[in-house]
Amino acid sequence: SSDLRRSMAESRVPELLLQLLQDREDGLESLEVARALGLEHQQVVGAVKSLQALGQIIDAEQLSSKHWELTDEGKEIAAEGSHEARVFQSIPPEGMAQSELMKLASGKVGFSKAMSNKWIRLDKSAANGPRILRAVEDIEDGVKEKLLAVQQGKAETLDEKDKNELKKRKLLSEVTVKTYLIKKGSAFSTTVSKQETDLTPEMISSGSWRDKTFKAYNFDALGVMPESGHLHPLLKVRTQFRQIFLEMGFTEMPTNNFIESSFWNFDALFQPQQHPARDQHDTFFLLDPAEATEFPMDYLERVKKVHSEGGYGSQGYKYDWTIKEARKNILRTHTTAVSARMLYQLAQQECFTPVKYFSIDRVFRNETLDATHLAEFHQIEGVVADYGLTLGDLMGVLKEFFNKLGITKLRFKPAYNPYTEPSMEVFSYHEGLKKWVEVGNSGVFRPEMLLPMGLPEGVSVIAWGLSLERPTMIKYRINNIRELVGHKVNLQMVYDSPICRLDS
Amino acid sequence: CSSDLCRRRTLVAIGTHDLDTIAGPFTYTARPPSDIKFKPLNQSVELTAKEMMDFYRADSHLKHYLHIIENKPVYPVIYDSNGVVLSMPPIINGDHSKISLNTRNVFIECTATDLTKAKIALDILVTMFSEYCEKPFTVEAAEVIYPNGKTCILPELPYRKELVSTDVINKHVGICETPASVARLLTRMYLKTQVAEDGQHLEIEIPPTRADIIHACDIVEDAAIAYGFNNIEMTIPKTYTIANQFPLNKLTELLRQDLAAAGFTEALTFALCSEEDIASKLCVDISVTKAVHIANPKTAEFQVARTTLLPGLLKTIAANKKMPLPMKLFEISDIVVKDSTKDVGARNYRHLCAVYYNKNPGFEVIHGLLDRIMQLLNVQPGKENGYSIKAAGDAAFFPGRCAEIFAGSKSFGKLGVLHPDVITKFDLTMPCSALEITIEPFL
Repeated sequence: SSDLRRSMAESRVPELLLQLLQDREDGLESLEVARALGLEHQQVVGAVKSLQALGQIIDAEQLSSKHWELTDEGKEIAAEGSHEARVFQSIPPEGMAQSELMKLASGKVGFSKAMSNKWIRLDKSAANGPRILRAVEDIEDGVKEKLLAVQQGKAETLDEKDKNELKKRKLLSEVTVKTYLIKKGSAFSTTVSKQETDLTPEMISSGSWRDKTFKAYNFDALGVMPESGHLHPLLKVRTQFRQIFLEMGFTEMPTNNFIESSFWNFDALFQPQQHPARDQHDTFFLLDPAEATEFPMDYLERVKKVHSEGGYGSQGYKYDWTIKEARKNILRTHTTAVSARMLYQLAQQECFTPVKYFSIDRVFRNETLDATHLAEFHQIEGVVADYGLTLGDLMGVLKEFFNKLGITKLRFKPAYNPYTEPSMEVFSYHEGLKKWVEVGNSGVFRPEMLLPMGLPEGVSVIAWGLSLERPTMIKYRINNIRELVGHKVNLQMVYDSPICRLDS
Repeated sequence: CSSDLCRRRTLVAIGTHDLDTIAGPFTYTARPPSDIKFKPLNQSVELTAKEMMDFYRADSHLKHYLHIIENKPVYPVIYDSNGVVLSMPPIINGDHSKISLNTRNVFIECTATDLTKAKIALDILVTMFSEYCEKPFTVEAAEVIYPNGKTCILPELPYRKELVSTDVINKHVGICETPASVARLLTRMYLKTQVAEDGQHLEIEIPPTRADIIHACDIVEDAAIAYGFNNIEMTIPKTYTIANQFPLNKLTELLRQDLAAAGFTEALTFALCSEEDIASKLCVDISVTKAVHIANPKTAEFQVARTTLLPGLLKTIAANKKMPLPMKLFEISDIVVKDSTKDVGARNYRHLCAVYYNKNPGFEVIHGLLDRIMQLLNVQPGKENGYSIKAAGDAAFFPGRCAEIFAGSKSFGKLGVLHPDVITKFDLTMPCSALEITIEPFL
């Protein structure tokens, strides 16, 4: 019931404060308010805060002041006197045995202090053991007097030296008090009306909203995020690249085949059977199904010939090409294998038509793994086949493509691929890193690859590729590829990642 | 010797020797390992070939080459006319003929399983060494006599002439240079070129150091490099095409958006996994999965290609246990199974998988998601002409809480509450329901 009375009283404190403030143009200190209303300072602070939430009713400036307070022990001494004074008081005129004195409550603590104050003396030669005697008639309990002064609010009458001495003896403590200087606000009133939080249907239909005041909304806090699903950042980037290709008139290739034969992945691309990339170290070979069983055999014979003997204007590699090696099934190491299949199909048409193809899909490499390399990643590939395409055309297409990624400064460096000649590495200038970084690989497919397929002689095929993971990691500032791809993904990152705009 | 060209000594091995310490003619033959004995390079004692195999097993450099000959009945060996061992290719040379600061004459021998590559390697080595000869760019040839009596003089150091039209080079690069100008560009690339009599064609001399020039396109590249790629004018091809999307990918893109709109979060998991991920952890035997097996996995994580998307999603939840519940994940991606009707014996299927992980299994949530997906695909509920679900048994699901999904009479997926065994095998603790279908019938 005292709690109820207190909370009822507390709800009236803001109003009482406002009433006090009414006549005080120069404002009120919160400590003053506490004294005037007979309240704890904390209650006044509470009232100030609740008034502040209502708007401009008051203006409260926060002040900070230090003042001295007695500790619990200090309060005890202010009441009962210091230990050394009590020791003095308890010694009768004839003195007291030291052993007796030590048994008293203040004995141990007060003895040494009383000795150094020269209030008492010790007679070691006394008959029944060492004896304590009064050394002076009367004493002044300076410590008690100083503490009383602080208690009565006259701390300023004491020396800093004295106060710090008492602080060292843990009798005084310096306390920081946050107080407020309260003044009338622009919307001052002496009454506090109950505040509504929100509009309700009843208020709308009855029109009662007109007579209500509404609690101020905290615009500095965050709202409630809607419950939503999320798309994976890498796939958001994939969507953008897909969009770019479609905008440039490129048709999507069917790449839904992870398993490929060595024939389409390597041999059709004029990559020799002894090439290191066909090593166990770089390629995943299959145990089951171990071999591919079907090939367009007349085409296969032409591929065999160009590898082992040459032809189509080429010296060839002059080694023994075996169908056994070509049959070996693998997890495709690049989507260029699909491009090869598509170009072969194109060559089977009665009449050649120019094409632009693209693909973005998964490829597999059996290499050493580290923070930026996994066994599986996504390759982006673009291909253009037409009569008379030049290296300049390849560079022009790349310029338009990278332009859509917001990259305008491009440079090209000679490179090597077994199936393209010329080959170029593509570099762009990174403003942040202030250096040229590689953004892709490109080239013109070799005639040894295209002519055995049956493509007309004047047809050139230009192509380029890059990985999907690299631009994604740069865009979304991810350092470890495992946080992006695979089951160890950082789901919070997926929840929080922004929309993908590649050109900004 | 480049590890690429000689494929780490399996195609070609090269030895260089102090000619004055040995006497020709030299014999390249093969002997049983116990019959071969010599002091190997930089060693102090004679060892038999067998002892050398054991000795070099500890050598960080040479141990990688021992396998090339180790288990053969005879090992290759090169002797001089006095029976001195020059070399036991492709492992180690003899100490006797080693090159020193006093060497004045060098003998180079090259043994191989690919003759073309051997000649290329020999030509390049000889041309590079010959710069330092007393009479620069000279070499004393050697006659090689085969057991069948065939002979040849080596090194061949072949030069050949190629005739290429300036027009072809200009048209392939996209520049417009005069024949004389292109001739100068190619000569700068060490392909000595002269304008032919017709004033249009170019006579290009291909030296033995340029074994990489096997087609005119290799010459085109050299011309372009000499011209400077960054000096070529960038042009846009006049190729006019209308783009088409691959229907399966188009459908995937549309469904992804609406699954996220339904409150599910997209995952991207690995296509390769362990056998137990798709078999024992789902309470089935690997033999029924028709999975594709990898021959040379470095770890268990690459044993098979996934036949279901479910393990990947469950592993994603297990790796993100601190995230608030419920966790609702989905993935629309390819799985792989064996298929003897395909030329490679396997094919991909585009699957859609969703999981709901929470304090309660949420079967009705996953079921509701299926209904939503069907609604988006414009398929009505109905046993005859639409989709329907029928109670089914499956070891991966909780008994009585599993159903198979049909479009007409054809099954295209399953949904249900996961069996507690599956949940614990994937290191999870909460109930979980899942849905997995193939979307290919809906193209």
